[in-house]
Amino acid sequence: MKVLVAVKRVVDYNVKVRAKADGSDVDLNNVKMAINPFCEIAVEEAIRLREAGVATEVIAVSIGDKSCQEQIRTSLALGADRGIQVETEGAVEPLVVAKLLKGVIEKEQPQLVILGKQSIDGDNNQTGQMLGALTNMPQGTFASELVVDGDKITVTREVDGGLQTLSLNLPAIVTTDLRLNEPRYASLPNIMKAKKKQMDVYSPADLGVEPKAHLTTLKVEPPPERKAGIMVASVEELVDKLKNEAKVIS
Amino acid sequence: MSTLVIAEHNNSGIKPATLCTVAAAQAMGAEVDILVAGADCAGAGEAAAAVAGVRKVLVADNAVYAHLLAENVSLLIAELGADYDNILAPDTTNGKNIMPRVAALLDVGQISDIISVESADIFKRPIYAGNVIATVQSADAKKVITVRCTAFDGVADSGGSASVESVDAVHDAGISSFVGEEVAVSDRPELTAASIIISGGRGMQNGENFHMLESIADKLGAAVGASRAAVDAGFVPNDMQVGQTGKIVAPDLYIAVGISGAIQHLAGMKDSKVIVAINKDEDAPIFQVADYGLVADLFTAIPELDAAL
Ligand SMILES: Cc1cc2nc3c(=O)[nH]c(=O)nc-3n(C[C@H](O)[C@H](O)[C@H](O)COP(=O)(O)OP(=O)(O)OC[C@H]3O[C@@H](n4cnc5c(N)ncnc54)[C@H](O)[C@@H]3O)c2cc1C
Ligand SMILES: Nc1ncnc2c1ncn2[C@@H]1O[C@H](COP(=O)(O)O)[C@@H](O)[C@H]1O
Repeated sequence: MKVLVAVKRVVDYNVKVRAKADGSDVDLNNVKMAINPFCEIAVEEAIRLREAGVATEVIAVSIGDKSCQEQIRTSLALGADRGIQVETEGAVEPLVVAKLLKGVIEKEQPQLVILGKQSIDGDNNQTGQMLGALTNMPQGTFASELVVDGDKITVTREVDGGLQTLSLNLPAIVTTDLRLNEPRYASLPNIMKAKKKQMDVYSPADLGVEPKAHLTTLKVEPPPERKAGIMVASVEELVDKLKNEAKVIS
Repeated sequence: MSTLVIAEHNNSGIKPATLCTVAAAQAMGAEVDILVAGADCAGAGEAAAAVAGVRKVLVADNAVYAHLLAENVSLLIAELGADYDNILAPDTTNGKNIMPRVAALLDVGQISDIISVESADIFKRPIYAGNVIATVQSADAKKVITVRCTAFDGVADSGGSASVESVDAVHDAGISSFVGEEVAVSDRPELTAASIIISGGRGMQNGENFHMLESIADKLGAAVGASRAAVDAGFVPNDMQVGQTGKIVAPDLYIAVGISGAIQHLAGMKDSKVIVAINKDEDAPIFQVADYGLVADLFTAIPELDAAL
């Protein structure tokens, strides 16, 4: 079975992103970029499925300008077999990403599509579910465990109350949560090998999609500042402050 | 203008997340109807009809909507949504699971996690783990939105007298089925509804030690939360995780114990009214957002706190 993995290029999760002073955008000058952590988990899961003999081929797809080829190469170094870049000018919204991924699915016919549950830049948490609707595939979102069994997949999901397990017909969409697995590091020989792996580039027009904006960002700003707090010297002082100053306990 | 709110419920009653979503819907200035979808959910339908300021409650009570399978429920909402300008759901795992599917069926974008309604088509929402607040404008005629509940005070759950209509539409996509669930049972309040939360991090060292926090929680009527590191290490289950990718909370009092204060954790709790941090490292970033910081070993401070309450 073929597995398609969607990987997004985002600001590294350790970077504390700030709004530009004029509020026009976030300041991404010289910041470190990386694979979205949830996508890294998606790649890892696909590779494990291939190592377990369940998957035969793992294809990493990224949508964006040329720079996202770096994240495709990283996925190839981690073990994906080949890559596809859909070249767009700058960032596109989840619905457009989903339409482009649908186009790739029509070409590649994977049995399983794994995405991250959320990109840590836009914090949208939309693309996998949208792709499910567009392709009429079932979705196992926020997955912490997957078991492929014949023409079905059993997905354990992290939900508000605890865990929920669903059975989905294949082909299916899965979005990853943090506990699905712990991604490996790419070894130097694999990074070298990745340079020779196949990477195809499509345009949105090749996939019959015309990118469209549904949402315009008018302004970005820092969140409200918290006023500076104080340090207390003892538990006794803490309890006194909570009772008599903050009045949050009685 | 009219707005359809998707209820978060447990079949017999509605959850507080429904009330804050109604509040956001009312801020958009339209008539508000509620959809209760589920199986054997008549009780939740009645509870929804009592919510203040609601015009009508639609009840889709059918086995195909049990466990709110996204494949089925999204078809229902997309059909009903034809009659509405806005469709809103809370930022619960159900809302996050179902609504993007609805948006794609309707060929519109989704606006995730709004924290304010500026006008009928302009909203604020946090991005980059809450380090930045974006003001966004939707170009779509129909708006599909999830609401960050901590940002809206819920409307009253009584005083309303909405009419109740049953919906006969049965949508069974037939591509997914429910296998089982492991639901945490606790006598303590739910994390997202609690007015006091005490959370433990990696500093707690093991799950057994969380009993120390539970004892304090019981005295304060508090819920117990955790950092991702504590969940990853297997100390406590995942539904206790607070943060960018866990639950977003904003209680009156949040006590962080043995938590360093990574951006991703702060994203889930920095809108709490009063924050207390107990950490043995005086340089821990958590102290930068704390109203009251105590540099101490938690294994002495927590028993002392317990005794003082
Ligand atoms: C994509 C992504 C999403 C994430 N989402 C979340 C999320 O939603 N929520 C979340 O919490 N994290 C999340 N994280 C993880 C986050 O980056 C941090 O790794 C995590 O929050 C650290 O947890 P911690 O503070 O418990 O552990 P640590 O950072 O290890 O801190 C432990 C703290 O305990 C203190 N301590 C130790 N022993 C004692 C003692 N005896 N007495 C007092 N203090 C003590 C230490 O000084 C230290 O400050 C995410 C990470 C990524 C990459
Ligand atoms: N530009 C993109 N290229 C590839 N995959 C993407 C892109 N945007 C989103 N995705 C996938 O969709 C997931 C969820 O993203 P989002 O809906 O933006 O939170 C990500 O983790 C990726 O797997």
